[in-house]
Amino acid sequence: MSSAPDLTQTAEPAAPLLVLERAVKSFGAVRALEDGSVTLYPGEAHALLGENGAGKSTLVKILAGVHQPESGRLLIDGEPVTFSGPAASRAAGVSIIYQEPTLFPDLSVAENIFVGRQPLRGGRRLNPAEMARRAREVFARLGVHIDPARQARGLSVADQQIVEIAKALSFNARVIVMDEPTAALTLVEVERLFDVARTLCAQGAAVLFISHRLEEVFTLCQRATIMRDGRFVRSALVSELTIDSIIRSMVGRDLAALFPKTATEAGEVLLEVDRLTREGVFTDVSFDVRRGEIVALAGLVGAGRSEVARAIFGIDRRDAGTVTVRGKELPNGSPRAAMAAGVALVPEDRRQQGLVMEMAIDHNVALASLDNLQERGLIRRSRERLLAADWATRLQLKYGRVKNPVSTLSGGNQQKVVLAKWLARGPQVLIIDEPTRGIDVGTKAEVHRLLDELVGQGMAVLMISSELPEVLGMADRVLVIREGRLVAEIARADADEDSIMRAATGQLAVSPA
Amino acid sequence: MTVIDQPTPALSVLARRGDVLLRARELGICLAIVLVFGLTTLKNSGFAGVLSVQQLLTGASLFALLAVGETMVIVTRNVDLSVGSVLGLSAYLVGDYFKHNPHAPIVMGFVIGIAIGALVGAINGAITTLFRVPSLVVTLAALYIVRGFLAHVVNGRRIESDSIPEAFQKIGYKTVPGIDRLPWLAVLVIVVVAVVAYMMKSFRWARDIYAIGSNPDAAALAGLPVARRVFTAFVVSGALAGLGGALFLAEFATVDASGGTGYELQVVSAVVVGGVAIFGGSGTVVGAALGAVLLNMINQALGALGVSAFWTYAVAGALLLTAIAFDRWVGLRVARRLRTGAGGSYVV
Repeated sequence: MSSAPDLTQTAEPAAPLLVLERAVKSFGAVRALEDGSVTLYPGEAHALLGENGAGKSTLVKILAGVHQPESGRLLIDGEPVTFSGPAASRAAGVSIIYQEPTLFPDLSVAENIFVGRQPLRGGRRLNPAEMARRAREVFARLGVHIDPARQARGLSVADQQIVEIAKALSFNARVIVMDEPTAALTLVEVERLFDVARTLCAQGAAVLFISHRLEEVFTLCQRATIMRDGRFVRSALVSELTIDSIIRSMVGRDLAALFPKTATEAGEVLLEVDRLTREGVFTDVSFDVRRGEIVALAGLVGAGRSEVARAIFGIDRRDAGTVTVRGKELPNGSPRAAMAAGVALVPEDRRQQGLVMEMAIDHNVALASLDNLQERGLIRRSRERLLAADWATRLQLKYGRVKNPVSTLSGGNQQKVVLAKWLARGPQVLIIDEPTRGIDVGTKAEVHRLLDELVGQGMAVLMISSELPEVLGMADRVLVIREGRLVAEIARADADEDSIMRAATGQLAVSPA
Repeated sequence: MTVIDQPTPALSVLARRGDVLLRARELGICLAIVLVFGLTTLKNSGFAGVLSVQQLLTGASLFALLAVGETMVIVTRNVDLSVGSVLGLSAYLVGDYFKHNPHAPIVMGFVIGIAIGALVGAINGAITTLFRVPSLVVTLAALYIVRGFLAHVVNGRRIESDSIPEAFQKIGYKTVPGIDRLPWLAVLVIVVVAVVAYMMKSFRWARDIYAIGSNPDAAALAGLPVARRVFTAFVVSGALAGLGGALFLAEFATVDASGGTGYELQVVSAVVVGGVAIFGGSGTVVGAALGAVLLNMINQALGALGVSAFWTYAVAGALLLTAIAFDRWVGLRVARRLRTGAGGSYVV
């Protein structure tokens, strides 16, 4: 690794590590990338920004060697290169960390790092001691501790990413591309990932960082490249950018407000949770949600937020406590009863839990409403199509045909389909887990406007979110869960990032609930 | 932020549980073997007799041998259902060779058997990897095709023991001097199991096989030669089934077109009972071989206790279910502990 010129603040060094110029890539008739350009200097963390569909993923796949551009050029250390495949990209020192790392769950952490190139001893036999030593060495360079001998199965997503980064480092990667690494991480984990990224930069590597969370860009990156509709828009020092100017460049228009929650008058209690307990997961959780109110459930991932939602909806059984909807207690462990009482749950993982990816859009929309669509035990296809078309219009869904599989939609539009599926039942209480994870800024605003509209019409919304701006912008009240206990209830007026984070990490108790 | 990165000691102990459990599985089977043997001997002391133990070890040897090859295939997330037919084909063709070459060196029997098996394995592996046909279908077809081919070749005849060289037959019934309960056949299989077990731990290609079964997409992304490794696993499985055919001939000294019929399912059962994950990625050949010994012993124990032979199937099935239920139960528990353990480590 060559010496790392100092460029952390303003000065651009003379020699870029990697330059991609005017890369073009089409898939059939669709031009995914018209002008993919980015320049990375050693030692910098560089943000790649753009809405979903702006061409970021295509650009990343070109750097990864997965796609070959039709035109344009790629320089590494000033030398033109072409990547015939992922192996060539890796050999040139480029490593990609994906949002969902693909590890081998049955193998040890060390083996995951060195798979296919394990250190050997005499007779071409493996040398496990040397492998463990090198793994520890890499982790030490990253400043993290993960036991190299443990199985990869059961590692958190954050730790899996660290293992991937360790793997990249063991390849002597000099360009590390992180494709939305923080989407599934808790705040603490994000901090740790950033520490690791800073360590990499300090050692002379370039980090290309992709995230939908703009505040993270300001925390980590020195420069940013913004893309729109497959084209390079601008590159600039982050210190010269503001969230507003970034969003303007990304969407090409001003967004009036990101989080348009309007003040509503809270009505009667629709959902009441009393001393809800699931052993080993959460304890004594009590709160209520009123008509016309958005209540946010905040806390670190793993604190038990989603688990509370699952227990309310009856997917998991509760060990103690009661859930009451509009004055009627729900039976334990029955999602059907919860649905009948007017509760809907939009789960956090839309691909796994929210949608049947290979099924058509209209089937997915109708899935929770089949009882209402059938006549004498047969589902009326025409009514199913009508229902889907109706909701597609209301939510401004962008799609080809309602018969297309949901997997053909972008992330934001998939999320709209999940929403449509539950809203079609006309619920009174909507529980929504990570409403805008991994979707672009424009769709995000649409989802927020929709939630605002729904509570305006008298719905009660319980929202789980790991994005603090979303919580602060949308919630009338913020409940903070830490280690399975409700530790704080913060009114909209008193809620800020500081108060929520303190409660979530247990650094200081804020007006205990 | 460095403080929170330190996992608690308890966590790293938990994290190693996967490994410990694998070893516990092998110990558990050993315990079951001892238990079945002990209890049966209490009821019928003849069960521990010289001939009985010899028969036990000889009988289990072939299945243990086939289970070794089957383990390699199943670990790659495939299955080889043709091993019974391959064993039958190899047994007959080796017998036929000796019939026509009565003075050939006996090692030729093994060479021919292994070659025949490796050839069928290579065809299985080639079709599975080149044309991306599920191995379940490929090897099921091979099961029938090989058996049909064998019936055609045999044409109702039978190889009798007088055509087989005496020295070759001795491998099947002679015991190690001084240990009259231990047949040479078993020694040979134990050596094979030990060698393969060592290789599975010590070589890159063997670790690749586990990686492929654990996450095929990641294996391809990591640049592992997936097709070549899967192909190799089928060739080894076929070769061991072919060797099994030669040993089958040595053991029984007579063979017709039906040798090895139905072995494939017993072998798969042994592998699963031995703790190899049916969807690949984990399990050891030692476990699989022990699984074969346990299943075989239960068969014989029921016989020694005077239970009808029909019940042996039911017992084998029950054991299989128990093994899978146990795996599932342990898997869920470990997953839960790893998760809650990991969650706890983020909060100081």
